[in-house]
Amino acid sequence: MKTIANLKIGESAYIKAFLQPDLSLKLLEMGCLPGEEVTLDFVAPLGDPIGIQVNGYCLAMRREEAATVEVI
Amino acid sequence: MKKTPTIALLGNPNSGKSSLFNQLTGLRQKVGNFPSVTVERKSGTFALDHSQTATVIDFPGLYSLYPKALDERVVIDVLSNPQHEDYPDAVIIVADASNLKRNLLLFTQVADLGLPVVLALNMLDVAEDKNLKINAVKLAMKLGVPVVRINARVGEGMDNLKKAIQETLTVNTGFQKYYFDPAEQFPELIGEVKQQYSLRNNYLALHYVQQHDIFSFVSPEKRAALDGLIQKHDFREHGFQAAETMHRYALIDGLVKDSVTTSNFIPKPLWTRRLDDILLHSFWGYAVFLMVMLVIFQSVFSLASYPMDWIDGGIAWLNDGLKSLLPESTLTSLLTDGLVAGIGGVVVFIPQIAFLFLLVAMLEESGYMSRVMVIMDRLMRKVGLNGKSVVPLISGVACAVPAIMSARSIGNRKERLLTILVTPLMSCSARLPIFTILIALVVPATPILGFFTLQGLTLLGLYLLGTVSALLSAWALRGFVPNTEKGYFVMEMPTYKAPRWNHVGIAVWESVRSFVVEAGKIIVAISIILWVLASYGPADSMERAEAQVRQAQPTLSGVDLDNAVAAQKLENSYAGHFGKFIEPAIAPLGYDWKIGIALLTSFAAREVFVGTVSTIYSLGAEVDEDNATLKDRLRAEINPRTGQPTYNLATSFSLLIFYVFAMMCMSTIATVYRETHGWKWPAVQFVYMTGLAYLLAFLTYQVLK
Ligand SMILES: Nc1nc2c(ncn2[C@@H]2O[C@H](COP(=O)(O)OP(=O)(O)OP(=O)(O)O)[C@@H](O)[C@H]2O)c(=O)[nH]1
Repeated sequence: MKTIANLKIGESAYIKAFLQPDLSLKLLEMGCLPGEEVTLDFVAPLGDPIGIQVNGYCLAMRREEAATVEVI
Repeated sequence: MKKTPTIALLGNPNSGKSSLFNQLTGLRQKVGNFPSVTVERKSGTFALDHSQTATVIDFPGLYSLYPKALDERVVIDVLSNPQHEDYPDAVIIVADASNLKRNLLLFTQVADLGLPVVLALNMLDVAEDKNLKINAVKLAMKLGVPVVRINARVGEGMDNLKKAIQETLTVNTGFQKYYFDPAEQFPELIGEVKQQYSLRNNYLALHYVQQHDIFSFVSPEKRAALDGLIQKHDFREHGFQAAETMHRYALIDGLVKDSVTTSNFIPKPLWTRRLDDILLHSFWGYAVFLMVMLVIFQSVFSLASYPMDWIDGGIAWLNDGLKSLLPESTLTSLLTDGLVAGIGGVVVFIPQIAFLFLLVAMLEESGYMSRVMVIMDRLMRKVGLNGKSVVPLISGVACAVPAIMSARSIGNRKERLLTILVTPLMSCSARLPIFTILIALVVPATPILGFFTLQGLTLLGLYLLGTVSALLSAWALRGFVPNTEKGYFVMEMPTYKAPRWNHVGIAVWESVRSFVVEAGKIIVAISIILWVLASYGPADSMERAEAQVRQAQPTLSGVDLDNAVAAQKLENSYAGHFGKFIEPAIAPLGYDWKIGIALLTSFAAREVFVGTVSTIYSLGAEVDEDNATLKDRLRAEINPRTGQPTYNLATSFSLLIFYVFAMMCMSTIATVYRETHGWKWPAVQFVYMTGLAYLLAFLTYQVLK
């Protein structure tokens, strides 16, 4: 299964499903909707957190959080 | 229309709410708390037109009416309760136009509550940088509410905004239709809730169902009744909330389709991309961060010293002038040695405090702070903290009270609690006066590498010591703090913006004002009490002082005699007895009873230390040195036991170390109590910090003496 945490910088994918219900509520409100395109924008110096482009802006999250968002 | 209508400012974080608030109110602002919660409530008044004024309230920024952080709860609590004194007559939703869809989510929710709404489109220049064009007229037609183009940064569009508010207040067209109607899926549940709580709005009824646990105005029995209803109708809170959000976003897609157009959309404006390449770089990111911190501390110490010298001189001049003008009396002594000396001790540090607040505010305003959180998260997690702990920790350098409150943005409870526990170890501005004086006494101003001085580096060293101790303490304490709920790091990275001097200026002015007022109150009170305690003694001990001196040193005369008598009087006073009483406990740290008095009074607030020593030493001072600055007085102080200057290297450093660690601030203790809902954590904090202070000051003195 591929998640946001597996993306490489500059790589895009579409959100498919959320694996963590609580976090999904927060991500939905922030505009991470199923079917939305996400692009990995940056990886912080020590490999974590990461930043994605979604819904026209940049969103930072920890790697473990990114791993709860399945993409295709 | 009401006499003074209440207008609420709502919007996503970083949408420009505070900027708009400043534009509308200028300096007519009041900062306080929402009733019964410790969430900062900024309110102010502004003129809608020449005859009508309105009250505007700035609410915490949030992404939706379902709060994720503690602060955000106050929004839904107020908006669901028409009886609340802050319940608005109209709402301005400030929307970041460069990110319209996400900002409209909150708009549709607030509109569904049936509140009159004006949409203020802000950040249009940023939208333009991203190649977005927004047609406000089309948007207004789609949404059915006034849409006003503004620039909160420079204040464009304010008149149109005021007009739109006035219109909304006078010709309220009434509620039109729901963007999302929960009664479509759960007609019975919504119907029953509306009936039982006499509500008229379906969406408000839904919030009763979803969020009654955080409604302060709903009694526990009624909450239980609502839980019953949820069960009865087999309502799934979680799934329904997710469905609501998706439904709203689908609608918003349709709403903005015609009004937002783009050719060649750029998700990240060029400057932000370039800056991020450097500031998030694995080497340059940290290098820049360190440099920024270094420059902050160096400028606080060196640039601020000029105005401080003027103020210092001015106070000595004032004191001198008052003494020569006024007749020699008890009252004059209270005024000059008590009040002016005490207040002067604080006023002199305003430049440094203002500098610190200024630089911290600029970091926040520019968007750089979010980058710092990102590059620090991994490191902070190693000691049990969170990247977002950086904000409380850095603001802690200004004042621990707002810093501890800002820890609310940390979602994870354990990381938040740890942050609260260690933030007071960051050297706050109240310690700065103490550091500055003691360093100036024992550390020479030798220049180093041109730009730095030995004094500046010592100060930096103390700040680093505080910071390192905060991190180590978090690491040591992390095993003792329970982890009860999960929180998230997820956060928006705002685009970079050059800070505006007027907004930063207002922020600085507010902080300095409240620091001076709050600290000033305590200091004036303690200065007066101290003056009384130091001027009077048990029975006739004060009158006996002169006889005592004459008996002990019969050869003394003139000025020397007066000095000796003054010193003896202080020793005989109540304060003297007090100090002597605790002297055995502090002697191993290198302190005499006079320092003991200062130490005890500064358990109320550290900044009292300087005021206290000013009062103590001006009372016991040599008569011909009335116009000497505090520094000169301290330097002249001789320890009678050793015959050496009291403020020698060992004692001064021992004091410095003590003040780095000790938990001496009533306001901080009260804030921790409020934030953690109990005495347990403030007690833990007090014991561990003060314990460390005593131990390390002891070691310092023993090693250096
Ligand atoms: N380019 C541009 N910048 C703006 C505009 N309005 C505000 N800003 C800047 O955006 C930044 C954030 O503005 P704030 O007013 O602090 O935003 P806020 O919504 O109060 O943010 P929080 O305090 O985090 O809730 C500041 O640097 C402002 O100067 C605008 O219309 N255009």
